[in-house]
Amino acid sequence: MLDRWFGRIGMLLTLATLGVLAVLLLNLAMNGLARIDWQFLTTFPSRRAAEAGILSAWAGTLLLMFVTAVVAIPFGIAAGIYLEEYAPKNRWTDLIEINIANLAGVPSILYGLMALGLFVYYFQFGQSILSGGLALACLVLPIVIVATRESLRSIPSTIREAAFALGATRWQAVWHHLLPYSTGGIATGVILAMSRAIGESAPLITIGALTFIAFLPPAAITSTPPFLSVEWLFSPFSALPIQMFNWVSRPGEQFHANAAAAGLVLMVITLSMNGAAILIRSRAQRNIKW
Amino acid sequence: MSTVPVSQLVEPSVSVKPKLAPSPAVAADPAPIKVSIQNLNFFYGTHQVLRNVSLDVPADQVTALIGPSGCGKTTLLRCLNRMHDLYPGNRYEGTITLQPGNTDILGPGMDPIQVRMRCGMVFQKPNPFPKSIYENVAYGLRLQGMNRRRELDERVEKALREAALWEEVKSRLHQLAHNLSGGQQQRLCIARAIATDPDLVLFDEPTSALDPIATSKIEELIVELKKRVTVIIVTHNLQQAGRISNMTAFMYLGELIEFGETNRVFTNPSKPQTEDYISGRFG
Repeated sequence: MLDRWFGRIGMLLTLATLGVLAVLLLNLAMNGLARIDWQFLTTFPSRRAAEAGILSAWAGTLLLMFVTAVVAIPFGIAAGIYLEEYAPKNRWTDLIEINIANLAGVPSILYGLMALGLFVYYFQFGQSILSGGLALACLVLPIVIVATRESLRSIPSTIREAAFALGATRWQAVWHHLLPYSTGGIATGVILAMSRAIGESAPLITIGALTFIAFLPPAAITSTPPFLSVEWLFSPFSALPIQMFNWVSRPGEQFHANAAAAGLVLMVITLSMNGAAILIRSRAQRNIKW
Repeated sequence: MSTVPVSQLVEPSVSVKPKLAPSPAVAADPAPIKVSIQNLNFFYGTHQVLRNVSLDVPADQVTALIGPSGCGKTTLLRCLNRMHDLYPGNRYEGTITLQPGNTDILGPGMDPIQVRMRCGMVFQKPNPFPKSIYENVAYGLRLQGMNRRRELDERVEKALREAALWEEVKSRLHQLAHNLSGGQQQRLCIARAIATDPDLVLFDEPTSALDPIATSKIEELIVELKKRVTVIIVTHNLQQAGRISNMTAFMYLGELIEFGETNRVFTNPSKPQTEDYISGRFG
């Protein structure tokens, strides 16, 4: 009796949650879909809503994600490997473990404050893509670390022992076995971390992302030697959530439609990243069962 | 889990004195010593697990380590390839000398990696890597720096033949090892362990996860293996020790109680604990 009622209520609550999400998406689509066209994606924001686009916003988001990925992925995976495979188990590493779990729960605006003090002012990176990317990298680093550790931990110790018994060093065991066998889990964690970062606005606002920007950062590839430029790292930037925030806070139906359209673009990006994560996980685990 | 009582052994007909299939070669000159363990003590932290164990393992024979659960037989086995070094807080005392070369496995300058390259190990449960059959066998060779394709092909085939697996897998060497049956996986693990021509192969209850038919194949294989490599096997199964080993060491509470030719230890044990254990009175 109780079981049946619990089952029914549980189902009802689940449906309600999904329903809210569906209504949200539908609403977004109804308001914004009409605004999405080539012009919207390829023009800069404008004072006139009908002419405004999200070019600088998505370019900023793309570059931010690049910086975040380049920093968070290697650091996070390396830290995960260290903690799981190398670190001795003592009070010191216990403390680190607990704190990494806690870091994942710190409000994102605090990362913004930290980045403002550390990257923007102390290191003089300015209100730039670099500062923003680093802030987001700090924010998602714990997610990458935890995902790495969990997928390493799911490899049975007998596999490690098999490698060691043949004369593998720890380094070889990690590179030949543990990392390849946990790629699926790590990749899933990385993508989930990235889709968390892509939607963040609080830390970016804190460090001073611009809400109206009518130029692109300088190109990374130049026509004069050495052909590569890092100037873009220090360029001011906007990002999709920031652009949305800006449009929503303006009066005028048309700007709200723009915001909905930008939100739709962001949703599509996030959902397809999550889809990719699911796909990678199922692919990678097809060949591996313990 | 406590030790399997005699009544649950693979062979239902319980004879206190098991049949001894390979009668040990009682030749005039005794087999040369492959591994000499002298005064070995082993500690997990402050807890002493092995107490003053001394044991000379003869070359090219099968030596069985038997005893009730917790007697230290697996711990002793894992001293021989320094597996305990992988975990913190473990400490060895004493010497283990491996021939050829009079290598002191526990010596201060000894690299455990070098030890493990000379001592293959087969575990309780088959633990192939989630890679192809070929890559599983080739891995030890690759670790030792072999990477010429032809050489690897030859050695992989040789190891698989010696593990009596070649005929079953030669057409699907590049398929995943996990598609094999449990018994085949264990033979693959044996092939992986012997591919590098180790001086010693350590078996840690290799048939405890297998059915009787797969078990008997592994046992045949072990008897076959001793023609070219020294085998030390930990087993819970007394009849298995009787069937395949030349020498038997009985351990109890971290001490080596009795060591001698299997035939003699099983039929005419010199220590009362050995007799009690073998006759199923405890364990």
